[in-house]
Amino acid sequence: MNRLRAQGLGLGYGDRLVVEGLDLEVPTGAFTAIIGPNACGKSTLLRSLVRLQPVREGRVELDGRRLAEWKGKEVAKELGFLPQSSTAPEGIRVEGLVRRGRYAHQSVLGSWSPADEVAVAEAMQAAGVAELAHRLLSELSGGQRQRVWIAMVLAQQTPILLLDEPTTFLDIAHQYELLRLLHGLVAAGRTVVAVLHDLNQACRFADHLVAMREGCVIARGTPVEVITAETVQRVFGMAAVVVPDPVTGTPMVVPER
Amino acid sequence: MSLTLPVAPGRRLRLDVRTALVCLVLALLSLAIGLVSLCWGSGWDPPGDVLAALRGEGPIQISVTQWRMPRIVAALVFGVALGLAGAIFQNLTRNPLGAPDIIGLDAGAYTGVLLVFTLTAASEATIMLAALAGGLSAALVVYLLSSGTGFSGLRLVVIGIGVQAILTAVNSWIILRAELDVAIAASVWQAGSLNGLDWVDIDTPVTVIAVLTVALVLLARPLHQAALGDDLAITSGVRLERLRVLLVLLGVGLSATVTAVAGPIVFIALAAPQIGRRLAGAAGVPLLPAALAGALLLTGSDLLSQWILAPTVMPVGVVTTGVGGLYLLWLLTKEIRR
Ligand SMILES: Nc1ncnc2c1ncn2[C@@H]1O[C@H](COP(=O)(O)OP(=O)(O)OP(=O)(O)O)[C@@H](O)[C@H]1O
Ligand SMILES: [Mg+2]
Repeated sequence: MNRLRAQGLGLGYGDRLVVEGLDLEVPTGAFTAIIGPNACGKSTLLRSLVRLQPVREGRVELDGRRLAEWKGKEVAKELGFLPQSSTAPEGIRVEGLVRRGRYAHQSVLGSWSPADEVAVAEAMQAAGVAELAHRLLSELSGGQRQRVWIAMVLAQQTPILLLDEPTTFLDIAHQYELLRLLHGLVAAGRTVVAVLHDLNQACRFADHLVAMREGCVIARGTPVEVITAETVQRVFGMAAVVVPDPVTGTPMVVPER
Repeated sequence: MSLTLPVAPGRRLRLDVRTALVCLVLALLSLAIGLVSLCWGSGWDPPGDVLAALRGEGPIQISVTQWRMPRIVAALVFGVALGLAGAIFQNLTRNPLGAPDIIGLDAGAYTGVLLVFTLTAASEATIMLAALAGGLSAALVVYLLSSGTGFSGLRLVVIGIGVQAILTAVNSWIILRAELDVAIAASVWQAGSLNGLDWVDIDTPVTVIAVLTVALVLLARPLHQAALGDDLAITSGVRLERLRVLLVLLGVGLSATVTAVAGPIVFIALAAPQIGRRLAGAAGVPLLPAALAGALLLTGSDLLSQWILAPTVMPVGVVTTGVGGLYLLWLLTKEIRR
């Protein structure tokens, strides 16, 4: 059974519902990509899966138990989250920030176990920020900063990772590096959910696609099932042809003029 | 650079070397100023006489152990309390202007004190409770008026400054309407002063501050984790709502206790955490440097207050207002330009 799921989800701000009656199964051990136009509710949905967005209707469950019934630290050992944008305390250095990812694993006084040290070192290595360890976060480029945040979430070592547009700010090489990293995590048994804007990347790396529009799921399934000229038209309102990716054979979207 | 200390098998505490050094220096300086203050009465007493007095001998024994000593202990402990209270609110609001003496919490505590003073027979306990109730009410008002923005941001600070102004006016009005003797006592006290404190005045507040400080140590980790912003704090396992309530209680408790005994001593809570943070070069607003910088600022200001117009002793609050006012101006211009 899938660990993380939502049923009849209603989410909103003020008196406006942004997502209504949404059902979602996050396949355990797979890479799920959420795609859809700006403001369709991707971030809102993702945030509801990590308890950041109040659930108006329906429920979000982890292991069959409502998320709201879980203890904060217990959830934090299962679900890791990277917001679309974040703020850091003034004067923090890269390593210091990555260490904050270990919060849920530490005791009250915050002593460090060998497992903590290994997790921090591995996370910095994996995200490619090991050489930046002693730099001030405020003195890094946008892309470097993004990778530090990713390292922090990796240090949390959660079986399920939810990332809101993790490739923003990254150059094309780093984008692919990150996607390969996530793909590797999935191959090692972890579950990844990411909001992605690049459909071709989503098709290459994701096992499962969820296409949203105006708060509803329009299509879901494997990239081949979901990415057709017709769905692209329906979801993004854009005419495109879909051809096989010359490298991987996965669907590739080429916009029409 | 950091140092690791084994605390249990396989478990290590990490200490930042620079932070540790800064804390050591701040603590030593505070103690040194304490020792100098011990020699300063109506004039300068040689350290030899003071040492003799501490051993229970010599002519100035009473004045050293019964008058000067409690005052110095009060300056150290109250300085720590104000520094911690400032650090709590600056962390909560994520703003260097978010200190209890700026956002109206001290003024609220003082309103509470004035009310019991004029309305009932004041005792140590009622004054303390009134200060706490006043501070918490002010915190609640500021929070409600700025709600929607959470507990952080310049908006809350600006609203707090407004609440502070209103409460200060209310306080003046209460003093004007009060009986003459109450008014005189209250207005001397309004400046914030350690004059005339002796052991019986400070034993309860010192105990309260010690207990609150221990509670704060247990919350230090979530406090700093919360500096990552609401989202990451919650998803990394901080119970943010509960944490905020507890921290507001502790922060108001610490500063209201000082206000109840010494009146509102302003600017220590504002300046100490930022001085500690800059010296330590640490992330966020660390607690220990803030506490020790608070102790240093208050003992230093207290010595100055006894010395500037000697033999007349000024309220220490006048000194901290003078020095802190300049700092506040500088900070305000910097924050608003941001
Ligand atoms: N804090 C908020 N308060 C009020 N409305 C909000 C808030 N956040 C988002 N919304 C609204 O909810 C809708 C969905 O927003 P959401 O951030 O989920 O979109 P998204 O699909 O993630 O878009 P993007 O691709 O631009 O990140 C939008 O119409 C947006 O205006
Ligand atoms: Mg979004």
